[in-house]
This record gives sequence, structure tokens and C-alpha cells, in this order.
Amino acid sequence: MSSSQRTALRRHAALGAASLPGPENITRASLPNGIVVLTRPNFNSPSVVVSGYIQCGGMFEPDAKLGLAGFTAAALMRGTQPRSFQQIYEALESAGANLSFDGSTHTTGFGGKALAEDLGLLLNLLSEALRQPAFPEEQVERLRAQILTRLAIRVQDTGEMASLAFDEIVYTGHPYSRPEDGYPETVQALTIQDLVEFHRKHYGPAGMVIAVVGAVEPQQAVEMVTSVLDDWTNPQQPAPPELPKLNLLKETTVKRVAIPGKYQADILMGVAGPPRRAPEYMAAVLGNSVLGQFGMMGRIGDAVREKAGLAYYANSSLNGGLGPGPWTVSAGVDPANVERAMDLIRDEIRRFSSEPVTQEELADSQANFIGRLPLTLESNGGVAGALLNLERYDLGLDYYRRYPSLVNAVTVEEVLETASRYLHPDRLGVGIAGPVGE
Amino acid sequence: MDHDPITNPPVTRTRLSNGLLVLLKEIHYAPIISHWVWYRVGSRNEIAGTTGISHWVEHMLFKGSPQFPASVLDKAISRDGGFWNAFTYLDWTTFFETMPADKIDLALRLESDRMANCLFDPAEVSSERTVIITERQGNENEPLFRLGEELQGAAFRVHSYHHEIIGDLADLQSMQRDDLYRHYRTYYTPRNAVVTVAGDFETQAMLERIRELYEPLPAGPEIDWQPRPEPPQAGERRITVEGPGETVYVQVTHRTPEASHPDFFPLTVLDSLLTGPSNLNMFGGGISNKTSRLYRALVEGELAVSVHGGLQATIDPFLHTITLLPRPEREVEEVLAVLDGEIARLQDAPPEADELARAVKQARALFAYGSESITNQGFWLGFSEMFASYDWFTGYLDRLAQVTPEDVQRVAQVYLRAQNRNLGVYQPTGNGTSVEGEAE
Repeated sequence: MSSSQRTALRRHAALGAASLPGPENITRASLPNGIVVLTRPNFNSPSVVVSGYIQCGGMFEPDAKLGLAGFTAAALMRGTQPRSFQQIYEALESAGANLSFDGSTHTTGFGGKALAEDLGLLLNLLSEALRQPAFPEEQVERLRAQILTRLAIRVQDTGEMASLAFDEIVYTGHPYSRPEDGYPETVQALTIQDLVEFHRKHYGPAGMVIAVVGAVEPQQAVEMVTSVLDDWTNPQQPAPPELPKLNLLKETTVKRVAIPGKYQADILMGVAGPPRRAPEYMAAVLGNSVLGQFGMMGRIGDAVREKAGLAYYANSSLNGGLGPGPWTVSAGVDPANVERAMDLIRDEIRRFSSEPVTQEELADSQANFIGRLPLTLESNGGVAGALLNLERYDLGLDYYRRYPSLVNAVTVEEVLETASRYLHPDRLGVGIAGPVGE
Repeated sequence: MDHDPITNPPVTRTRLSNGLLVLLKEIHYAPIISHWVWYRVGSRNEIAGTTGISHWVEHMLFKGSPQFPASVLDKAISRDGGFWNAFTYLDWTTFFETMPADKIDLALRLESDRMANCLFDPAEVSSERTVIITERQGNENEPLFRLGEELQGAAFRVHSYHHEIIGDLADLQSMQRDDLYRHYRTYYTPRNAVVTVAGDFETQAMLERIRELYEPLPAGPEIDWQPRPEPPQAGERRITVEGPGETVYVQVTHRTPEASHPDFFPLTVLDSLLTGPSNLNMFGGGISNKTSRLYRALVEGELAVSVHGGLQATIDPFLHTITLLPRPEREVEEVLAVLDGEIARLQDAPPEADELARAVKQARALFAYGSESITNQGFWLGFSEMFASYDWFTGYLDRLAQVTPEDVQRVAQVYLRAQNRNLGVYQPTGNGTSVEGEAE
């Protein structure tokens, strides 16, 4: 097809790069108490998304109280000083709106959406839940029963159990070795007083980030956030703890979790990868794309699924966050094929960490990263997530404008250097869960 | 319903000379186009011996053709920054690509090519057999899959909704390349397909390009096969599935009419009142259900840890499903007694008008969330055509708003009867988990 035809299919090219988030369409405001507000309007749909995080997570939990940050976060909506559980959800669900909280290792996140006409309601409930939770006993006990059921289901989930086994091996002695949801024993032992204390000590505005994206003018969005949150203070709020140094594996270490009665085994193999802010991060994510993402799950998908027919899913993933998040390859296979699949994956990791990827492979992934950017930013939720990343990793408001040149600057040598620095085929953590070793 | 030309622009609906139906919707707020091809074939069109064949054919359509070999195909889409996928369902199979707008031509060429030219190489069929059996094993790891499969089998003795979309293991082991190829040539044809495109294009130019690529393809055979209708049910059926774990799962299903039936809308409101609003969007999240009648009675009543429900839009009558997890200390029967009490309450008295108004507002919000995504807009163009027409989608909110409290009471009486019920319980047999570590 000629290029004139190609243009004819499109009527409207005006948006292009200008529609990506950038300094002139993102509004960033800092409140005196430390809260950062980011907002970007989108009037194409009458809805609005609110999401963000506060600087409080599982890092603050002692081992005996694992699951406390998550329990506290989930309990915020179970009743506040002004409203009962039923009143909160009556208000929210009557408007077709949604709001929830989730505690993770470094932060406690929140996310909600509403029709634009109900943004005020959403922000009021957010503020109430963060600042004035009541932790009513009856509701906390109901929530505990729900968490315990979720943990009972987790023990039966081959993917989750392989992942927990992996974390225990790779992050021994490090906070990342601990499951965010805790264990049944620790959750059972938590008291309402624990929740109250955790909230009182650790919840506060310092370091809080909130993104508002949707059918609302930026100035109005900032004013609305300010009006509900600018008088929040907590002079005792501690600074986020530093992560301890991680001891790297000296040899491949395998942990098998036998879950009898299952049909498929899940395998997770890998290492602790680079944090998001490491200078080599872009080389690592591009390399990871070649390894197990691009097209039909990259080289891993080609070897394990397409050529050997061993797995329905076989891919790699890199989750660089504030710390050294996991860089893993995973696959779900017939229990009889576990060793064969592991050999194939190890071979691919060996090749990836010892030989450069081809120019063509790298160029493919670079084109993919740049081309897909508008797609990942098409919904309000996608934009809100992007704005939060800018702030969390201090990337700068012009990051998405610089993104193509950052992506294209990576060379095959840098990919190899990064791969060989992190991935070694004989120093992997391996978690396997399923009907194995029976 | 929203008649704003910006948030809900007009749709062009055309049928090509080979029978292919085309629906186009221009949306210009982002430089993105989503292109979908829908085939009127799914597990509904399958018989014993070849169950799972539609899903397997879907997989084979990613294996390439002479013009687009497999290795070229996925790389080309990914290189252009697109994402693509496919889904096989009860009534339909769909393939889509969402691409930067200036790259969409690749998707049009690829989909029109694989509508006619896939090879079904025996070696590829053979390697995909183990992939699909592994996919099934992954499903079988889930208690709700095991329960749902048995329950569907119990609910449909005659109709082909009897079996799971992925198919029975026996058929996945025995089906042959020629079975798959015959299925492909019968159902994956212009006559049996709908192409939908939503996004940043100009309708006339897009339509011309679609004609150029799709209209030369032969229409394909006429299809006169229909599934056997399920006879009326004469009494409640119960099944039990045993498996590993410590958690009991209960599913309560009632047979409900097809999506084009007038009672589907009062049932949608009924579902929203009982278990919270169902989200029919494929892209765009749902909302919580903590004020629904069953959440209040069962979870707030400390009988269950969770309850969810949903109605599916299908060609033939299917099921309304309620899934609940009883609290460990509760007996299934005491939970069901309270559930029955809530159903009786709906049958005995019409709900309050404000409960209905709330269900409509929730549906309006879910529509707004779904309309943010151009991919989701392309989805709706075709999805609605599979069981009704796009008018079903555009009239959806108006028809929900017309539902009266008496309508809801009536459909509760007609459909939520015990005689119309299939009930399943997953009985856990314990964990038996153990851990073993080693250094290599």
C-alpha cells in the first residue's frame, strides 16, 4: 500500500506526540504538608480516575506481624469516624464508583474511579479512609475471615506458591523474602490495637502522591484534592526505611512445593534484577523483551512453547521497583516435563547472558516500546499509572517525550553487559509448585 | 443513553457481496485504531468427539500462512507497537489488533489473509496439541474450573453448552488435522464473519480498503447446523466435586433466556440487585458489590466470605450464576437457606424504585469506564452483533431504565425457581502440601 493511501485511512493525526503526557499537559502541585498532586484532563469520557500511594508498607512490619500493612489498608474502608461500612459503600456504589486500598512492601496504594460528577464524593471518602478509619471490631473480624480464606486458597495456587518459594530463596534475609499477605498464623494473631497503632504511627501526608485523570479541569482537580487533604498532618511519620544489602546466590538453588492433586506445575526461575532507577534499567527491560516478551513471548516462548510444545505460557518478566525486584522466567508445564522445561529455560538464560542479542532483535523491541506507548496511555487508568511512575522514580515530567531517544540509545553491548551482570545460568533461584515429588 | 456525537459517534454498517458484515465507528481522540474479526463459531457449534475444536482452530490461526509465516506475523505486529489477541467463547471466536493508527493496514492484511489461507501444517497441529492439553491442565488446577465444568455438564444434557470451551481431554487427544481444517473451512469465512473497526480513521477510506482486502474472498459454505435445544428442566439437580484444598466453593445456577429475549433486561437488573452489577466490558474494570442483597445477607450475615454473580449475553438460553465461598465454620445448607430466603423476598414483593435507579446509574458508570478504551469500543461493535445487533448495545441503558419493579419480581418468579436450578459444591479433601529444597 502506498503512503498516500496510508495517510488517507487516518483523518486525524494532530494528536501524535503532543497527546503523550508532558510538561504542558500535566499539572503538578505540592501541598505544604508534602502531598504531591498530579493531574491531566481527558474529556473524551465522562469519568475520572484517582490513584496514588502513601509512604507506608510492609517494610515497617516486624516478622511476627506479617500482613499488618495489608490488613490495615484493607480495613480502612470498613468504617470511618463519620460513616459506617454500609454508609460508605451505599454512597460509593450508588454512584457506580469504586475505591480500594492495597498495602505492598514499600507503599500503600489506593485506586478509585467515578463519573466526573462524583469526583467530590470519591475524594471525600479517600480522605476519610486515610485519616479517620474506625476499625470497627465486627468488620475487622469479617475482613480477617476473608484474608484467611484467601491465604487458604494461596496454599493451593501453584503459581503463587512457586513465587513464594522463589522469593524465599533469592531474597533470604531481605524484606522481599516476606509475603505481603503474611501467613495464617501472623494474620490470626494481629489485634485491632495493632491496626490502630500501625495507622497512627505510619500513615501521613509526607511522600503521598495522588494522580487525578479524567473529565475535570486541572485547577479544579488540584483545588478539590487540596480542600480534603491539605490539613492532614502527622509529625511522627517516620521516613521510609532503607533496604538492607542483598546477598546474591552463589549456586542455583531449587525449592519444590508439592501440592498433590493438581494437574500442572508452575516454574519460576531467576534472580534479583535492577531497581527501576538503576542506569542500566532500560537496557535490562529491552533485553528482557528479547528474552521472553517480544511477539509470542520472545526467545523463551519460541523455545518452550512454539518449538517444544511444553507450555501454554512461558515468558520472562522484570519488575524493577524501588529496590531489586525479581527478574524471572516462568512457565506452566505438565509435571512430567518440569526438568525438560528447566533445561530449555537455562539454555536460553545462558545464551542471553553470554552472547549479544542481534541488532534486529534489539531494534524490534525498541520499535515495540516506542510504538505501544500511545496504547498503554489510552485509558485514564493508564495515564494515572504513568504519572505516578514519573513521581515515584523521579523521571521528570518530560520523560515520555524523551522516551523514544532513551529507548533508541540502548546498544546490544549494553544489553549483554546488563544481562551478564544479573543473570547467570548456574546461580538461579528456582521455585516449583505443583504435583511434584509425590 | 448517551447520544453525544463525540462520546458516542454514529456507526456505519455495511454488508459486502460475499456476506461479510462490516461495522465502523470513527473515534478521533487518540491516534489508535482497533480492528476486530468476529466469527459466529464457538463451543456452541461443537459435538462430542470434537469438543474444543473452535479453541484449537483459534490457536492454529496464529501459526501463519504462506504470505504471513508465524515467525513474521507476531513480530510484525509487535514491532509496530500493536497488541493482538484472540478469544474463543460459547457462541463466537474473535481476533483483534489494536495498533497506532498509521499502522493498522498490517492488521487488515493479516486478518483478511488468515480468513482464507492458513495451512494447518500437521507438525504444527501436533505441537499445539500438547500446548492446549497443558492449557487445560492449568485450568484444572483451579477448583472453580473443575466445579464449573461439572455444573455446565449437569445443566445442559442436550445442548452443546454442555462442554467447556477448551474441550474434553479425550477429544484433545484424538482430534486430527483434517477435523480442524474442515472446521476452519466451514466456519471461518466471510459469510459467517463480522469485521469491526473503531478509532482514528476516515470511514470511506477504511471501507474501501476493507472491500479491497476482504471482498475477493469466497463467501464460504452455507451453514444450516443448529445445536439441539435443551428441553425444559423438571427439577433441581445437584452435583459434588471433590478435590484438593481446604476451601468449599458453591455455585448456584438458574437457567436464563438468551440475550435477545425481552426478559434479559429485567434479569440484568435482578442480577445487579442480588449480587452487584455485572461488567460486560472486556476492557475497563468493574465495581464492588458490598450493598447488594446477597452480600448483605451472606457476607455481612457471616455465612460466607464472598459472593458474586453474573449473567452472560448468549445466543441460546444459558445460566445466571451465583458463586459463593461459605465461611469455614458454616454448613453449605445453612448458607443456601439464607440464599433461598433472599430469592423468596424478591419473588414475594417488588423491589423499591430507588434500588432500580441505582442499578441503572451503576450501568451508566460502567459504560463510561468502558468507553475510555478504543479497544473496548471495537469489542462492543462486534460482541453485540454475535447475539443481537449493535442496537442492543446503544439501547441498553434505555431498556434498563424502562424495567419496572414488577418486571423484576416477575422474572424472579419465573427464572429463580428451584426446578430451574443446577447447584454444585466443591468439597475440599485437604492440603497435603510439603516443601523440599536443594542446592544444585
